[in-house]
Order: sequence, then C-alpha cells, then structure tokens
Amino acid sequence: MVTYIIRRLIGAVIMLLIVSMATFAIFFLVPQIAGATPEGMASRYVGRTASAETAKLAAERLGFNDPLIVQYGRFVKGVVAGAEYDYGPGVEKCPAPCLGYSFITRQPVFPDLMNRLPVTFSLAIGAAVIWLLAGVGIGVLSALRRGSFFDRAAMTVALAGVSLPIFFTGLVSLLVFAYGNPFSWAAQGGHYTTFLDSPVQWAYNLILPWVTLAFLFAATYARLTRAGMLETMNEDYIRTARAKGLGERKVIVKHGLRGALTPIITVFGLDFGLLIGGAVLTESAYSLPGLGKYAVDAITNQDLPKVMGVTLLAAVFVVIANLIVDLLYAVVDPRVRLA
Amino acid sequence: MKKRRVAAAAVTAALAMGLAACGGTSTTGGESGQSAAPAAKAEFNAALTKVFNPSTKKGGTIKFANSGDWDSLDPADTYYGYSWNFIRLYGRALTMFKSAPGAEGATVVPDLATDLGKPSEDFKTWTYTLRDGLKFEDGTPITSKDVAYAVARSTDKETFPNGPTYLKDMLNWPKGYEGPYKSKDVDFSSAIETPDDKTIIFHLTQPYSGFDYLAQMSPTMPVPKAKDTGAKYREHVISSGPYMFEKNEIGKGFTLVRNPHWDPATDPNRPALPDRIEVQTNVNADDLDNRLMSGDIHIDVAGTGVQPAAMSKILPDPNLKAQTDNPTLQRLWYTSISPTVKPLDNIDCRKAVLYAADKTGYQSAYGGEFSGGQIATNLMPPSIPGAQPFDLYPSGPDGTGDLAKAKEHLAACGQPNGFETNIAYRAERPKEKATAEALQQSLARVGIKLTLKPYPQADYFSLYAGKPPYVVENKLGLAVNGWGSDYPDGYGFLQQITDSRVIRETGGSSNISVRIPEVDKMFDQSLQEADAKKREPIWNAIDKRVMEEAVILPGVWAKSLLFRPKGLTNVFISDSQQMYDYVALGVQ
Repeated sequence: MVTYIIRRLIGAVIMLLIVSMATFAIFFLVPQIAGATPEGMASRYVGRTASAETAKLAAERLGFNDPLIVQYGRFVKGVVAGAEYDYGPGVEKCPAPCLGYSFITRQPVFPDLMNRLPVTFSLAIGAAVIWLLAGVGIGVLSALRRGSFFDRAAMTVALAGVSLPIFFTGLVSLLVFAYGNPFSWAAQGGHYTTFLDSPVQWAYNLILPWVTLAFLFAATYARLTRAGMLETMNEDYIRTARAKGLGERKVIVKHGLRGALTPIITVFGLDFGLLIGGAVLTESAYSLPGLGKYAVDAITNQDLPKVMGVTLLAAVFVVIANLIVDLLYAVVDPRVRLA
Repeated sequence: MKKRRVAAAAVTAALAMGLAACGGTSTTGGESGQSAAPAAKAEFNAALTKVFNPSTKKGGTIKFANSGDWDSLDPADTYYGYSWNFIRLYGRALTMFKSAPGAEGATVVPDLATDLGKPSEDFKTWTYTLRDGLKFEDGTPITSKDVAYAVARSTDKETFPNGPTYLKDMLNWPKGYEGPYKSKDVDFSSAIETPDDKTIIFHLTQPYSGFDYLAQMSPTMPVPKAKDTGAKYREHVISSGPYMFEKNEIGKGFTLVRNPHWDPATDPNRPALPDRIEVQTNVNADDLDNRLMSGDIHIDVAGTGVQPAAMSKILPDPNLKAQTDNPTLQRLWYTSISPTVKPLDNIDCRKAVLYAADKTGYQSAYGGEFSGGQIATNLMPPSIPGAQPFDLYPSGPDGTGDLAKAKEHLAACGQPNGFETNIAYRAERPKEKATAEALQQSLARVGIKLTLKPYPQADYFSLYAGKPPYVVENKLGLAVNGWGSDYPDGYGFLQQITDSRVIRETGGSSNISVRIPEVDKMFDQSLQEADAKKREPIWNAIDKRVMEEAVILPGVWAKSLLFRPKGLTNVFISDSQQMYDYVALGVQ
C-alpha cells in the first residue's frame, strides 16, 4: 500500500511537471510562433500610455528576451525557491511556491489563489453533498422502481439537468429566487461570508449556487447510479445474498449499491477535482470571488501569470483527486487490491 | 484609441483641460446639516441637470460595484474616468472640478490649494498655495513637498504605467529624470519648486494657459515619502480626503471608512455624507444590473450604463425607466471623408456624402436613441462647455438624408450618376460594420457605391486608415472613426482630430481627413488665451470651419443609460464626470 502511494505520488509530480511545461509553452511559446515579439508580449504589462521604449525595457526586465528554456527554468526555480521583483523603493518578494507574479496587479499569484480557494471549496463541497445525496438516492430508487412513474419523471428531470447549462439555470434561479421579486428568499449574487464568520450566513449565501450546480451534476449521478444499480442487482452475488436470507435493505445498500459505487467514485473524483480548480460558470453567474472567477478575470485582462497559476493549481487538484479515488477503490470494493 | 490619444496629447501638451474630477457641490456642501427632504419623485433624466433627492443627512453605507476592476487605486497610476471621479473620496488634488450638476460641474475650483493657480505673464510658471490644517490619515501635516513628491513619482512610467503623462511631458524635468526611485536624490526644482511648506511652483517647458486643469489630475494628490511603497502603494493609499481604506482585497473589492484627520473646514467641496463605502469588483455585469434594480447595490461605479439585457427590461417599464438618466457623453462617433482620395478632393462630392447619409441608420447602428446616442450635426458634443450645436447639412425632416441636395452637389462635382469609393472600419467592432453597411445603403440611393474594407483595430490607425499614403493607394474615401474627450473642453476634444499637425505620414493619427491651416492657427491662438470663456468661441469657429470643408460626417454623440436606485441622495450628473458625481452621493 505504501509503495503504491509513493509510486503514485512520483507519478503525480511528473504529471504536474508535464502540465507546467505544456502550460508554459501555450502561454509563452505559441504567441512567439504566431509572431509576437518580446516587446509586444511585454506591452500588456506597461499600461496604456507606454512608449515603445518602455515596452522594450519591460521586455528586458521580465526576461522575455531570454531563451524559452531559461524562462521556464526561472519559473520552476520560483516555484521551488521563490523569486524577487524590483519595483519602486523596495524589492517585492514572491515566496515559494511562487506560481507566478502578476505584473498587472503587482501581486504574487499563489497567495491570491489561496485567498480564493475557500470560496471555491465551499461551493464545491456543498454542491457535492447535495448532488451525491440527491443523485445517488434518485438513481437507486429509479433502478428499484424501474419503469414506474417515479423512474420516468426522475430521468426526465435528470435529462433536463444534464442539458441545461449553468449560465442559464444560474440566471433563472437568480431571477426567480433573488433580485427582490415576490418569490425571493435567497441571497443575490456577489455575497459570500466565510464559514468561520457565520456558518448560517455562509450556507444562506451559497444555497442557490449549490442547488444550481448540484442540479447539473445530480442529473448525471442519478443516471449513472441507476444504470449501475440495474446491472449490479442482476449479479449472481445479489441472488446469493437474498438466498441466504439477508433483508432487502441490506442487500440493496451493502451489496447492490456498494458494487455500483465504483464508477461513481471515479467520476466524482474527477468532477470534484475539476470543481476545486474553479467552477468557472457558476462563480461567474453568481459573482462569487473563487478560483473560477479569478481565472475568467485573468483571461479577460490577459494576465498570463494568473492564468498559468490557476491552471497549475487545477491540475494539482485533479491529480490529487485521482489519487484519492484510486485509494478509495480498495475501501469500497473488496475485490480491488492495491499492489 | 485612448492610448493613442493620450500619447499624442502628451507630445502636444496643451490638452489639459478638465477631466474627471470635482468636489463638493454648492447645493449639498457643508457638514452641519442633517436634513433629508422627502424622497423625490423619480422620473427619467431627473438627475441630468439638477440634484435629485437633495439631502445633507449623514450616515449609512453606500455600496458600489464594478464589473471589472481598477487599473490601480494609486493616484499616480490610474486612468479610468470613473477612477478619477471616485478617487476624490480618498484623495485631494490641488484643484478639482466643482461637484455640481450639468455645466456648472465643468468649472475648476481650488481643492488643496487656497485658490486657482497664479500664472506668470508667459504662462510658463504656475504657483499654488496650500490651505492651512491639511492632514493625512495618520495625522501628519500635508506639505507642498508631499505634492511635489507625488508628481515626481508619477513620472516613473515603469512603476506607474497607467497614469496620465501630462505633467511628465509638460514640466521642465532635468534631462533623463525617471522619478525618485531611479533618479534618487536628483534635484528636480527645474520642474517643481517648494520654497516653503505651503507653496508649490510648477515650471513648464512651454506656455499653457489651462494649467489648472492639469492641477486637478490625480498625480497632484499628495503622497508621504515615508509611506511610499512604490508599486505596492496601491494596496494602501494614504488618504488625504474624507475617507480612508479600512480593507483592500485587490481583485475582490475594498472598504472605505471616515478619515478622522480630514477636517471639513479645509474642504468646502465635499459633503462626505455616508459613513462607509463598500466596493465590490469583478462582478458579473448582468448580475450587477439586476442587483442595481433590486437595490442590493447603489452604483455601478464604471458609469458606462446598463447592459443590453437590463435595457430591454428597463425601457418598456415606465417605473424602471423613471429611475434612469440618459446623459450625452463627450464622445463622437463619426466618419472621416478623405479629401486626398478622388473624387472626394472636390468639396461638392464630399457635401453629397453628407447630404445623402441616413443619420437615423447611423444611430441604429450604434444601438438606437438610448444606448447608441443622439444624432450629431457637428463635431463638439453639447456637454463641452460653450459648445453650440449647428447643422450645415440638414438630413431632411426624418433624418434619413436629403437626396435632392445630394444629387445637386453630385452634379456640381461632375459626378451626376455618383461614384465609387471604399469605406474602412475596424473589423472587431460590429457597430462600425453596421455603420459602414448603413452608409453603403444610404449613399447607394444617389449612386455612390461603397465597398466595405474591414481592418484590424490594433493597426487601424498605424497601418491603414490613419496612414495617409495607404489611404490614397487603397482609395479609402471614407473611414469609420470615433473620438472621446478626457475632459470637458474644446481643445481636449478637437485638437487631436482636427489639427493637421498631428497627421503623420507614417501613420498613427486619429485625424484622417482634416488639413485646414486656418484651423491650426486657431489652436495656436487658443494656447495664449487665459480666459476659458474667451476660448470657447474659438472651439465653435474650428468646429464650423471643419464642417464647412465637409471632411467629417458626424454620426452620433454617444449616450449611456445609467440606473439610479432608490435610497440614494444627492444624485446628479456633472459635465466633467459624464456619470453620477460620486463625491456628492449619500444614502437615505
């Protein structure tokens, strides 16, 4: 087990290095291939009134004239050992892990990301609880009552959930349940309170985004669970369990659902990892200052170090989520043994 | 365009009139009153030329939101109009625009200074004296050296790339001076002198009669050298105004609270009504509009108006429409008619274009009456002080063009059946494409055939429509264009688009078509005129002369639809801000 974890961790680090190289190439090599000069790339960091001379100086200062490998080496060195930037009367430090430094907001990226992470995590965790409970519950019931009115109605709603994009359901939910109309009961967009400040206010502000996000995911999970349960409940070991006199609830939960959970855990790991990396549409629709909104704003402002930072962090979460999923397999499914 | 405008303006200096600042309104000023009149009846354009819901009641929290973010909160490093409006809440410059509705808001009044600047006879030296009792938020006195230091640091464009460059370009800095960080301990008294703690003297490289307009810009807001953190100063600007930063989370928002060391006795311009100001940044634009309408926030700080989605909800609803104001901005969308391209070298051919153009089509192309703009008949928008609209080429009772007149002029220029030419526009701008198409259709009615030529906007002026040899070689007879002024002043609005000396053969100028020596002379004459009122007839004369030459087809003067939520007091739009004046606002 320990060997397995160490092996997976090494694999994760290699994966992150590859992601960082690919990301770096996309942001710094591709523009050069497309004809961007170092001065042109630097010009977005030197404001609207900059002269060509200022852009040239900035290109030198930012190191855009150096070979790409040198620039990448500098980036990796920053991640490991931190970096320093000379502005005004003092030197600005970007402590390790320096995932980049925004020359537009004059701030290191990593603290920004850590500042945004609780918002995204709050959004993801609440939504995940709702969609798992609702999605798996509805999926199990649908499978057990296959062909019933409930099954058909639930799957129709699930189809709608999968089909409707967040920017639609998000706006409709805000229009119906917020914005001061007679049905309003939920917080409007842009409101966020930390859990530690007030758990009740935290939940109140997030309930609408949670439900909206969960609606999308619960639909997928309901369909997945239903399909898995239908398959599992026809397995021989289920018949055996019933034959040896186990109660129906125990058969369904302990034997049926447990077997059907494996693919759900796989998908959940990926979904949750991706969400932690930034629920872009949900955070944008509800103006929540999380990693997704951060990424969108960075893209709008062409603030490449921020985009790179959030991309790398998202990759970290996906890799970690995958690792946890692999470990969970062994717990959920006794047939799986890690070696 | 703004970037190019500013760069060019810096070179030619003199631009500096007005901008985006004013302070306490005469109608709401003073700190003693605590009265609140009953809430005024909301009606369309109620805050356009007068104060809506006047009050002197203090207290409460005013909530701003921004669909984007500031370029910087540092007074040396910001160049958005809304930022110059807002910054007066935590910073005081030597002068400021009066905080008053309409045209009165375009006049400059003293702020940190006791009076407007005292010029030397040749307008190359300007002297200001600071008021008594001025303090920073930490209680240390504000001196002339703090103002001089603030201006000096603003010249470091590597550290502060976003701010205006007027003072950097117009003052007599030592050769190679790069600000106090790089040119440490360099004596810059050739540009700014501070003989004592109250007096500050500016030395210009050339005469400029409108220096008070430069003195109201944010770089003259004092910065204490001991607290200056360079590029990081934006994270905690030391306040000299009525509010100071309590919290600042860049990218998310910030909160301002009362500055205990701001003395209202030193500041007749700011009523400072709310106790607290909360600002949220990077809010989804449509979410922002909906929250404005529901009263969850009070002001969209960007001041550019509601989004199309909100507009479609507001305009059909009389109650919501009554909560809006629709100011005309100091921006003109127009089409340049190039006299260097045959047959438009003939003035009658140019006049035929002006008569045949469908102005209502032009307006529709930009979004209609409310968000597109008001049909323009000449260059200067009506809110420029002294501007007197006129119409040399009436386009018929329905605004769709006077075809009979157009044909008359076509015959006079020897092209009775019309002619062919090209029209350039910026490919990334759908409204400019729609304009080009509208002109294509309307001019075709008299036989003038236009071929559409889209160009990338990044190089529109430098390589294509703004490069004279390219214009001639490619027969770009018409070019869709636009221009906005940083400040409510005729010089600032007209000079870059009508002074022929800004045209460069290598490209890059917004002036594509105006080459009138008489106009150039009028600009020179204006620089020596100290009295702003006496300069105004010059701007109107320039406007008229350009229109007589028929080298510009005015399209629309841009407008915005601003939402005015319930619960706000002292709401008005001043001609300097072209949006709600943030210094005056209060909450019920």
